[in-house]
Parts: sequence; C-alpha cells; structure tokens
Amino acid sequence: MRVRRLAAWAALPLAVTLGLTACGSGGGSGGAGNPDAAVRIEIAEPQHLVPTNTNETSGSQVLSALFSPLVDYDEANKPHEVAADSVTTSDNKVWTIKLKPGYTFHNGEKVTADNYIDAWNYGAYAPNGQNSSYFFEKVAGYDDLQGETPKAKTLSGLQKVDDLTFTVTLNEPYVDFKSMLGYTAFYPLPEAAFSAPGVLAEGYEQAPIGQGPFKMKGSWQHDAKVEVERYDAFPGQQPKVAGVEFRIYQQPTAAYADVLSDNLDVIKTIPTENLSTAATDLGDRYQESPASSLQVLAFPTFQEEFSKPEVRKAISMAIDRDEITKSIFKDSQRPARSFVSPVVAGYRENTIGTAGAFDPVKAKAMYEAAGGPKKIELSYNGDGGHKDWIDATCNQLKANLGVDCVGTAEPKFADLLTKVKKKQPVGLFRMGWVMDYPSMENYLGPLYSSTGSSNYYGYSNPEFDKLLAEGARAATEDEAIKKYQAAEDLLAQDMPVIPLRYGQNNFGHSTKVKNVHVDLFDRVDLLKIELA
Amino acid sequence: MLRFILRRLLQMVLAFFGTTLIVYALMFAGQGDPIQALAGERPVTPAQRAYLTEKYHLDATGVGGFFYRYFNYLGGLVQGDLGQSLTGRQISDILAAAWPVTLKLAVIAMAVTVIFGVTAGVIAAIRRSGVFDHATLVLTLLVLGIPTIVLAPLAQYFFGVRWPIFPPTAGAQPSFYALLLPGIVLGSLSLATALRLTRTSVTENLRADYVRTARSKGLRRRRIVGVHVLRNSLIPVITFLGVELGNLMGGAIITEGVFNVPGVGFNLFRGIRTEDGPLVVGIVSVLVVVYLLSNLVVDVLYAVLDPRIRYE
Repeated sequence: MRVRRLAAWAALPLAVTLGLTACGSGGGSGGAGNPDAAVRIEIAEPQHLVPTNTNETSGSQVLSALFSPLVDYDEANKPHEVAADSVTTSDNKVWTIKLKPGYTFHNGEKVTADNYIDAWNYGAYAPNGQNSSYFFEKVAGYDDLQGETPKAKTLSGLQKVDDLTFTVTLNEPYVDFKSMLGYTAFYPLPEAAFSAPGVLAEGYEQAPIGQGPFKMKGSWQHDAKVEVERYDAFPGQQPKVAGVEFRIYQQPTAAYADVLSDNLDVIKTIPTENLSTAATDLGDRYQESPASSLQVLAFPTFQEEFSKPEVRKAISMAIDRDEITKSIFKDSQRPARSFVSPVVAGYRENTIGTAGAFDPVKAKAMYEAAGGPKKIELSYNGDGGHKDWIDATCNQLKANLGVDCVGTAEPKFADLLTKVKKKQPVGLFRMGWVMDYPSMENYLGPLYSSTGSSNYYGYSNPEFDKLLAEGARAATEDEAIKKYQAAEDLLAQDMPVIPLRYGQNNFGHSTKVKNVHVDLFDRVDLLKIELA
Repeated sequence: MLRFILRRLLQMVLAFFGTTLIVYALMFAGQGDPIQALAGERPVTPAQRAYLTEKYHLDATGVGGFFYRYFNYLGGLVQGDLGQSLTGRQISDILAAAWPVTLKLAVIAMAVTVIFGVTAGVIAAIRRSGVFDHATLVLTLLVLGIPTIVLAPLAQYFFGVRWPIFPPTAGAQPSFYALLLPGIVLGSLSLATALRLTRTSVTENLRADYVRTARSKGLRRRRIVGVHVLRNSLIPVITFLGVELGNLMGGAIITEGVFNVPGVGFNLFRGIRTEDGPLVVGIVSVLVVVYLLSNLVVDVLYAVLDPRIRYE
C-alpha cells in the first residue's frame, strides 16, 4: 500500500508534464510554412494605442498600420498630402485642410471633418491626460482646455466648413504647421471611438478602429502581439502584404535571435551587443538608415565655472568625436558638428566651426586662458548603455585639457533630470533629442528658447528667441529656414551644449521579406515591405 | 493534520499583508519620478504630469503620504482590486495572463530537475567512484559555476540559432516544445543541486543497518534501493525542491527575458524599470504566497514520506 502511495506522489509531476504536452500540441506554433503569412515585426509593449496618447515608437508603429496620416514626408523630408487633398494657407495662421473623398473607417463609417475635430479636441482637453496633447498647443483656444476644470471642452481654432473641409486657426502664424500634421497625434477617430461626446469608449484602445491600410485582426494581446490584416476598402496605396503581426519583445536580444533563425521578419534596432557581428550574421540583410536623434553633452550654464562660452568651446575642441564613434559605437552613429540633424531641411554641415575640430593644443590654451574648472564631472543615466562613451570622453578630457574628470551615473534619466531641475551641481550631463516632426524649429525651440520645454541648462538669449519667433511667422518655408539658420549661428557662438553624434537606424530582416525601410520615426514602412 | 494546515493558512494571510507593507515601503522609498521614468527621455507636459499625479496620488509624500497611499492600496486589495499599472492596465489582468505561463515554465523546470536530477543522483550513489559518478560531478560543478545570465543566451544561440533544434524564443501562448529549452535552462541549476543532494543522501542510507538487514533477508537490490533507500533519502531533496519552486518562479526574470516568455519575471522586470509600484507589489505579494504554499506542501509531504512525523 505504502509503495503505491509513494508512486502516486512521484507520478504527480509526470502527469502534470504530460498534461502540459497535450495542451501544447493543440495550440500549435503557427506562422511558419504559410506563404501568405503576415510579416512579423518586432515591437515593445506599446504604452497606449490612442493616437493622441501615443508618443513612443512601438505604439506609433502599430498606429501607422491602422491609420493613414494627413501628410507624409518625401525623400527630402518635405510634407506631401496623403489622406488630405490639400493643406493650404495664405497667412500661416489660418490653415484650410481639405480631405480626400472615399476614405472609410474599418467599421464602415465615412471619414469626415468632424472625425478630425473630435479627435483633436479629445487630445487637447487636459483632464483626458493625453501624452501628445502638447501638439495642439499652437491651436487657438488651447489654453482654455487646460487646468483641472477647463473653461471650454473644444478648441475654438477648429472650425468645420463642410463634410470634407475644416479650418485650423493658430495662436501665432506657424510656417511648419503642415509638417506637424504627419505626426501620430493628428489621426482622426471614428464616432464609434466615443461613448458620449468627448468620452472615449471603454475598450477602444484594445482594438482601435482607424482609416488606414490595415485593420485590427482580433484585439491587442498584451505582452504578446498585435495582429492586423489588409483593409480592402482602403482607397490609397495598398500594401503588398496580407497582414502584419507586431510581436512584442521585452529584450531586443531575443528578437535578434529570432531574426537569425527566420522566426521573426524585422528587428528595428539591432541590440548594441550584436552590432559587431550583425554584418557577418545577416550579410546584406543588415541595413542602416538615418535617424533623427542627436546626442549632446549639455552645460549647466547657470553655474559659474561653465558660464563662459570659451570654456564650453574648449571642452568641445578637446573631444575627438570621430574616434569615439568609430571605436565605441563601431560606426553605428555618426559624429555631429551642428545643432540640427541632417534629416531636416535647412541643415548645414559643421555649423559649430572650429569648436568641432579636434585640436588638443588649442583647446588646452583656450581652456586655461578662460580659467576653466580643474575638475569636470560628466553625469549620465546608468540604464542606457552610456558608460563606455562617457568614460572615453572623460579620458580624452583628462589627456587633452589636463583636468581631472569623472563620469557619474544616475540610475535613470528621470533622476538626472530631477537633479538638474533643482540646479544641483551635476557637471556636464548627457541628453538625447528625437524630433517630433521634420523641421529645424523642432531641434531649436524646445531645447534652447528661454521657455523651451526641454531647456534644462538655463540658456536664455533674447536674440535667439526673437529669430525663432520671426522664423515661425515667415511667409515661406525657405524664409523661415534662413531665420532658423541665423538662430543656429547664435547657438554656435554660445555653445550651451556640445553636439556629439547623430543617430542611425541599424535594422535587420529575415530571408522571408524584402524591401524593408525604416523611416525617421523608427517605423517600418508597411506600404513598401514585401514577401521575398 | 487539518488543524495544522488551517493554522498555516491563517499565518499566510498575516504574512501576505506584512509583505505588501514591506514591498510597498521599499518601492515608495526607492521611487524617484515614476512619471518621467515612464516617459523615458521625453519631456512630460504639465497637463500630463498633473493628470497622472492626481490619478495615482503621487503628490502624497513623506510618512503620512506613504500610509495614505498604502491604505488606499489595501482598501482596493480587500475588495479584490489590485489597482492599475501606470499605463492604465488592470494589474489583475496582467497577473492572470502572466501566472499560467510562468507556472508552466516552472513545472517543466521542476520535472526536469526531478526526473534527471534524482535519477542521476541515485545512479551516481550506487556506482560510487565510477565513471558516471565522476562525470556527473564535473558536469554539475560546471553548471553550478555558470550563471543563468550566461547559460541562457548560450543555450539559445547553440540550440536555437546554430543548430535549430528548438525555437529560439517561446513568445506568446508558447507550446510545450517551445518552453522546453527555457525550462531546461531554468531547471539546470536546481538539477545540479538536486543531483548532489540525492547522491549524498542515498550514499549515506546505503550504509544504514536496515539496508544490511534487508539484504540479509534476501530482498532484491532493486527493491532495496527503489523503496527503502530512496524513500528515506528523499526528505532533504523534497525540502530543497519546495523552496526551489518559489525560486524558479521569481528567478525566471533572466530566462523569461532571454526567451521572450511573457510571464511573471518579464512583468516584474518592467515594473521595476518603470518604477511601477502597484505592479511590483502585486507580483511580489503573489510570489510570497507561492513560497508559503510550496513550503506547506513540503511539510505535508514529510508526513507522507516518514510516518513517524505527525502534525498537531
């Protein structure tokens, strides 16, 4: 008897295992073997899937399948109409947007001007807590929608003309407004998205209804995948694949292993630890494309020892950017010598001039003449893989300026920002910038204007602010660019930050797909990708 | 026996609230700026900050703020509401999706440990100082010496990418086969320990008087080892396995990340990274309950293995 009882205990784990086997074989692994299968693209778990609430790349990648933007960008990153028929203005203040007829939402609703107006009002209304609400701050009436109990529920600057036309009135003339319209925040929402006017229906986010080339297949499976399939009634350019499976990964190394074994089709960012072998692993399936990001070292200009532009320039001259991008980043980023990225119109090479030319002798003489500090601290966030290049930069500063230099890691970027905002002495600190829309202004306004949202270094130059305002009010884009370039020249004189590197998309794909393009927003172009 | 189990279950309730308090306090103390952590390096607008601050009571700071937020959390917990993560998902939904996956993984790892570890341990003990004994000694030392953070990517590279025997990642709704490799990797560490433990324990018991008696009675060797010796040798192994079950679940952070298994470790990692207090507290509290339960099962198993042990 006892023996049998023991045997029963021992059999328990075995039985459970067998039971699991039975469950497993029923589920199947799917995907492989079917030539019409969807392409599989790696993303991280999106934070949100509501257009006005999505400002990270994974969510906007999914939304780019479900929605068609008003405008998109051409090779030169100038906007051209897609879902819009025309976007016109006479004074850069009142913009008339005419929609192309024939667009329908995936539930059959016709797309009208109201869908845009409702969606944008929802996004701008502060109590809705939308992440991208600041995109509407240029629209007239935005301030009335802010605060805990806003005065108004709708933007006074949005006016419907007819079913397919509406006007947008801005607070101030803004020449680049058309460029802004390509961003995720400006997608429309169907009536079905709202349970009452201004109230988003519960569960909309789990299966968003859009007007784009793909529609949802099932709903958002958290931590697992989001599947979409071709929407046949889409009047615009049809995609070349039947569907897309956005597969959610926590770690890019896992996605990379899957691409190597054809278990996944596209990885948008090859993890740093695999960069050195990616070219041999993938051959010509390893690709690069320009990205909009810019890495800088910023000065707390409010601190006495960094208040002189000569000190800041000398530090810039003592850094050998080319060497660091080559030896630390294996050329996966490019050295930067301007304040705007090459991906926007109006970019000029080497606007910082001599301050960007590596010249240790001159740098040291200039640094000593200006009385720079004997000890330099470089602060960075320890969770982003910045240690190597910070240490390399420190070593260069030690060798070239004869100063003592230490790299200080804060656990997260948030911790670093908290200290900087409190004006605690952190020394120089690293910052990265990714554009919201392709415009020079987006690299200048938020970062260096006196009231800029990300101006953490206390830089304030009335002349600079004035040039930016003039640029925004300019009659044409070309005139605006001239003003912005003049503003950039002022930055080059003052050097509130040291531009170091431009980013680059390093992506790879499996043998099952071809024509893979990753755009400036780190999104795979779903209209171009094809099965091989 | 029943009273014993009941008492333990009641203690568990207390332990559960105690851990939530401690974990909540730790998360609270370590919290910097969760709103900025969520946004990464993007600037956060004042409107968004105000919205999230109000929703999660992030403006309640200091000791008073801690207790305010903790009791708020407990109030929800008593009603079965684990709260929302910072991205607005119900934590109970996250847990409901993650636990079955992790449980599957842990059971596979456990099965690997029991089937291979205990069997090999017994064989090594019977053929002490033989080739098998020495070979397993070297192998287990090797496995014990390699941390999972190295072992998991290596196994993935060799058995998933280089020689594609297994799929390199498990992914969503993984099949049993896809979970096998992560399960073996996860179980390998406890397999090594279980093997050494079994070997020592069986070796000792083989020298015991009752074995000599059994042998002189003319019992077959298979019966002596399989019933008399093994049963007496399993007590330390069972103790170890009980604790290990909890370890397997909580310790799966690395394995689940490498093999992209959307389980508990996967979510815990994200929760810690984004300073998502409620999510971390929810996961850790359930982990504690699993530990307590598996320990209870071990205690009950003692009585099954050794009739001399009685609980009151």
